[in-house]
Amino acid sequence: MSDYGGLRRTPLYERHLSLSARMVEFGGWEMPVQYSGIIDEHRAVREAAGLFDISHMGEVEVQGPDALPFLQCLVTYDVAAIPPGQANYALMCLPNGGIIDDLFIYNLGDHYLIVVNAANTTKDVAWMRGCAAGFDVTVTDVSERTGMLALQGPAAEALLAQVAGADLAALPFHGVTRGIVSGMPAIVARTGYTGEDGFELFVAAEDTAQLWDALLDAGRSAGLKPCGLGARDSLRFEACLALYGHEITEETNPYEARLGWVVKLDKGDFIGRDALQRIKQEGVQRRLTGFEMVGRGIARGEYEIRDLEGAPIGRVTSGMPSPTLGKNLGMGYVPIALSAEGSEFDVVVRDRPVRARAVKMPFYRPRYKK
Amino acid sequence: MAFKTPAELQYSKTHEWIRIEGDEATVGITDYAQDALGDVVYVDLPQVGARFEADGVFGAVESVKAASDLYLPVAGEIIAVNEALITTPELINKDPYGEGWIVKIRVAPGIGALMSAEAYAAFVDTIKH
Repeated sequence: MSDYGGLRRTPLYERHLSLSARMVEFGGWEMPVQYSGIIDEHRAVREAAGLFDISHMGEVEVQGPDALPFLQCLVTYDVAAIPPGQANYALMCLPNGGIIDDLFIYNLGDHYLIVVNAANTTKDVAWMRGCAAGFDVTVTDVSERTGMLALQGPAAEALLAQVAGADLAALPFHGVTRGIVSGMPAIVARTGYTGEDGFELFVAAEDTAQLWDALLDAGRSAGLKPCGLGARDSLRFEACLALYGHEITEETNPYEARLGWVVKLDKGDFIGRDALQRIKQEGVQRRLTGFEMVGRGIARGEYEIRDLEGAPIGRVTSGMPSPTLGKNLGMGYVPIALSAEGSEFDVVVRDRPVRARAVKMPFYRPRYKK
Repeated sequence: MAFKTPAELQYSKTHEWIRIEGDEATVGITDYAQDALGDVVYVDLPQVGARFEADGVFGAVESVKAASDLYLPVAGEIIAVNEALITTPELINKDPYGEGWIVKIRVAPGIGALMSAEAYAAFVDTIKH
């Protein structure tokens, strides 16, 4: 990945320009936010398929005799429960339980591949190396030489099978395998960030453009569209998947973020375990809560939330009009007493309190193949 | 891509256009602004009768991704709002200088810093490159 005036570019930068994408800065990267339009791309993923350049994501290889005990110490999830050929979501926490980053751990048999958020890559790798003392492991940041694409949507399986010349129906949810896709060695995983069935593909940086072209060519007749970060955000938002820096930060803990299922207190010791055990025992004060706007207005990240008496009680983490559901929805932290479905509070939109009502999460029920 | 900047209109640095006719004026957002914003899904309109200073925030246009404040290029009182935008906000994308108009105002003294079409087109060029 290259560096231009402080902003980094993926191997697909020229492809994005030739597709007339609108480019924006995201986490230090110059990335496409949209091609044909966020709503159009969002629909393509829900109804057919979308192709995303996510080469900005950080990839870290963890290898060595102590890879498993090292990861067990590093993250909240039970890595021993991820067999070779499988992947799982995990959290890396501070000793106080605050979330350093959320990540995906892929067990490739001879090593683990960890995918981290682009903007956190440097911080994460430094943290991992700092924690590696005493373990016989190597932690290698392979982000520079790795390209990453996400092919998501109900048509993704048939499309990838066609390009890969292999039957992918056997690859289970969160399964990962090595293969050849359009003549290029690739790691193929049934993972994603859209709430649809789909795949994430890892290839050498220099092969990324060729794979992008092959998938786009093969998918055109099936309704495949190139999708930018705008649709990636609206899709993950409807499925209530956390976005680092919004729903989760170093100031939030997994329990209040509704990610208690990722914390396995009984797996043995790990960084943050004591604090998390205490937080779980004492109970959280606030909880990430999904809401629908009842009054006219759209909630946005950072907007203030007030109770019906007008007292500030929290902040919106993400909010937007949901393209699939046609409602103005949001997520934010509110006190436990107001987090139950049906509770009402106000979101302050341009100095005006607008009524909102807590609703069930996720807004959109994921359609994974399980 | 060249954006439309009709010669008979005047423009603000915050990408509103204004058509001044006597002591009344019509205000909307420019072709460049609608394109940069993407699909407009919601327009927050002011009340008829509300008064604003030049460069005062009189409403907002929102896409899936973001909200953008609307600034009144000159001081004035709202005399009409485009109610069609409540149900069809995409008119702003389709016809920013016509059916996508946002408010009509009675102009008060206190003209803000307006640009000609030529000056605005040159200004947009400096943003794009």
